[in-house]
Amino acid sequence: MSALESPRAEGATMEGYNFAYLDEATKRMIRRAILKAVAIPGHQIPFGAREMPLPYGWGTGGIQVTASILGPADTLKVIDQGSDDTTNAISIRRFFRRVAGVATTEHTAEASVIQTRHRIPERTLREDQIMVYQVPQPEPLFRLEPRRAETKRLHALADYGLMHVRLYEDIARLGHIAKAYDYPVMVNGRYLMSPSPIPAFDNPKMHRMAALQLFGAGREKRIYAIPPYTEVRSLDFEDHPFRPIRAPHACALCRSTDTYLDEVITDDAGGRMFVCSDTDFCAERQAATAQEAAE
Amino acid sequence: MTPALRTEGLSKAFTLHLQGGTHIPVLGGVDLVVHAGECVALWGPSGAGKSTLMRCLYGNYGAGAGRIVLRHRGEDLDLVTADPRAVIEARRETLGYVSQFLRVIPRVATRDIVAEPMIARGVPKEEALARATALLNRLNLPERLHSLPPATFSGGEQQRVNLARGFAPGYPVLLLDEPTASLDAANRAIVISLINEAKAQGTAIVGIFHDAEVREAVADRLFDVLPHQDAA
Amino acid sequence: MTKPLLTAEGLTLRFGAIPALLDVAIDVSEGEVVAIVGESGSGKTTLLRVLSGMMTPDAGTVRWLGEEVHAMGEAARRRLMRTEWGFVHQNPRDGLRLNVSAGGNVGERLMAVGARHYGNIRTEALSWLAKVEIDAARIDDLPRTFSGGMQQRLQIARTLVTHPRLVFMDEPTGGLDVSVQARLLDLIRSLSRELGLSVLIVTHDIAAARLLADRILVMRRGRVVEQGLTDRVLDDPQHPYTQLLVSSVLAA
Repeated sequence: MSALESPRAEGATMEGYNFAYLDEATKRMIRRAILKAVAIPGHQIPFGAREMPLPYGWGTGGIQVTASILGPADTLKVIDQGSDDTTNAISIRRFFRRVAGVATTEHTAEASVIQTRHRIPERTLREDQIMVYQVPQPEPLFRLEPRRAETKRLHALADYGLMHVRLYEDIARLGHIAKAYDYPVMVNGRYLMSPSPIPAFDNPKMHRMAALQLFGAGREKRIYAIPPYTEVRSLDFEDHPFRPIRAPHACALCRSTDTYLDEVITDDAGGRMFVCSDTDFCAERQAATAQEAAE
Repeated sequence: MTPALRTEGLSKAFTLHLQGGTHIPVLGGVDLVVHAGECVALWGPSGAGKSTLMRCLYGNYGAGAGRIVLRHRGEDLDLVTADPRAVIEARRETLGYVSQFLRVIPRVATRDIVAEPMIARGVPKEEALARATALLNRLNLPERLHSLPPATFSGGEQQRVNLARGFAPGYPVLLLDEPTASLDAANRAIVISLINEAKAQGTAIVGIFHDAEVREAVADRLFDVLPHQDAA
Repeated sequence: MTKPLLTAEGLTLRFGAIPALLDVAIDVSEGEVVAIVGESGSGKTTLLRVLSGMMTPDAGTVRWLGEEVHAMGEAARRRLMRTEWGFVHQNPRDGLRLNVSAGGNVGERLMAVGARHYGNIRTEALSWLAKVEIDAARIDDLPRTFSGGMQQRLQIARTLVTHPRLVFMDEPTGGLDVSVQARLLDLIRSLSRELGLSVLIVTHDIAAARLLADRILVMRRGRVVEQGLTDRVLDDPQHPYTQLLVSSVLAA
């Protein structure tokens, strides 16, 4: 299944809805927020998030950002936990096929817009692609400072000692920084930012990424962004440098040793295997290996 | 020769606001002159204001009128009008005071209490502690007490701590308020020799000595403090 | 004589019709300990909050090394608060992070000013715990498991770790047992001497003021009614209110 999934395959787009579901005024409002976010990398911009036809926590923020930037010529890829074929990914792809009639794909290379929850694709992204992250909690200081007004002030003053205190506490108690996902980053040397619940393993991919990265938090009503080629540094200590962590195995399917792996339970007898979390990347590698073997 | 300490027309009165504003004049027109190397004993009946004068000289009581001129850093400093910070500096470098009572922070070891003013004057800590120990030993304070806070000491022991603290730094001007009041004969003799040694080194001393033996042994002259004429 | 670090003049602040400060002037020089005493409601804590920039007066100016504190931006004032200034709250819970370990509490100010070496931060935290007489073994414990006196000492360590020049203290020994108070007073006194710290301390404890302070200001109903050398103000008080205050102290 290498061809684009045609929107026509499931019939015409739904009638009675504006292109990509949101009305044009809402899209304009969201695009303004996005422009502002791009202008101030890593800074959270409030926006008037709309009710969407799915519950909070399922990607309402990401969907609104995607809906606002999508054009008829775009090709959309949606992943959830790195996988294109989970319920949520399939539903969101189908949603946009229906309400925007855009092409969708499972191939990273073919996509112009990639909406994601939990992962950044393994394949290096290009300038003509846009990453849209679904964000449950945009405030990196949320667990450390519960007062919203105070966190805003801390951001304004770039007063981020508190975040380092959290990392200090991890090392003091556990000997290492325990944050394995949603690992805080400094964007453009100015704003502390939550990278959304992606594994820390993916953090280095954000650094100087060629693609534009947009982050949407529906329930929290915030949008933020990282423009292409922006410096993104994971917080750390000089003597405890940031380390992207992955399971120390090779993928059971494609033998990759440098990708992020999921642990899959295979039976009730303790059987398990490690496979690439990026299903598209894994499938491509398997196909390439098979082709080499055939030749 | 410039006096180490002098007063000009010094007077002092107390107004007791809690007793309906009662006005109690104590000192009037006191002109005292003390030169380096001499010991002046304040002399007068009980209640004449000797202790009040001592406290004025130290800046502990404010003066009502007149001047208290201290030779400090080669210049005259009027303690009546000086900024508090200047008074503190003068007390650190020039003006020592041995009162009858020891008032210190609880929990601080005796040796540190004695060493503290020396350290404040810039004496290295080790040397200050060594000098403190030596002086406490000379005053017959048992060495096992040196590391204890003096709060539980007897009156005589506390007085010796006070004396050590006052004599150790070698202030150019020293005020002694009944320095031997609770001491036995042996320790009185040590205090007498301490005073005479200080005088020999050029220290100007003003003292209240009720003990005639001590007074005769150290005082070069007496200064009469008379009950204030206005006093009832 | 050393130059004043902090100078304030003409400070006036009213809460509605109630004057909290009336034309108050004060200055603090390098290395001196200044006490503000007075009964509850006399305006001493308000004065401390105004001087430290936490509250803005209706009139008057506060200058830090010549620069007007209330004209600074918030960023500059916060930077001051975590570098050259420190604030010790009466209730250690207001000055500590109770869900962060003792070491993290001490290290926070270091990290806030850019320390990024875990080992160095830890070493510094250990040395400060020793200075305030907290067992090194407690470094990873949460402050909520500490006694009140320990919490207060931890707050002091956390405040002094970045070597501020001026520390504001609001009733630092309030709410503590008498035996614990003495230990804390001794600590504040010796640290301020060793580090050449300037301290502006608000207290209603006359005995504590006598032991700690070089100078004292007596406040009543928003005014400074008397000020000067600590021992002169306490032993030879001039103002009726100071005489009342001093005569009301129980002698131990």
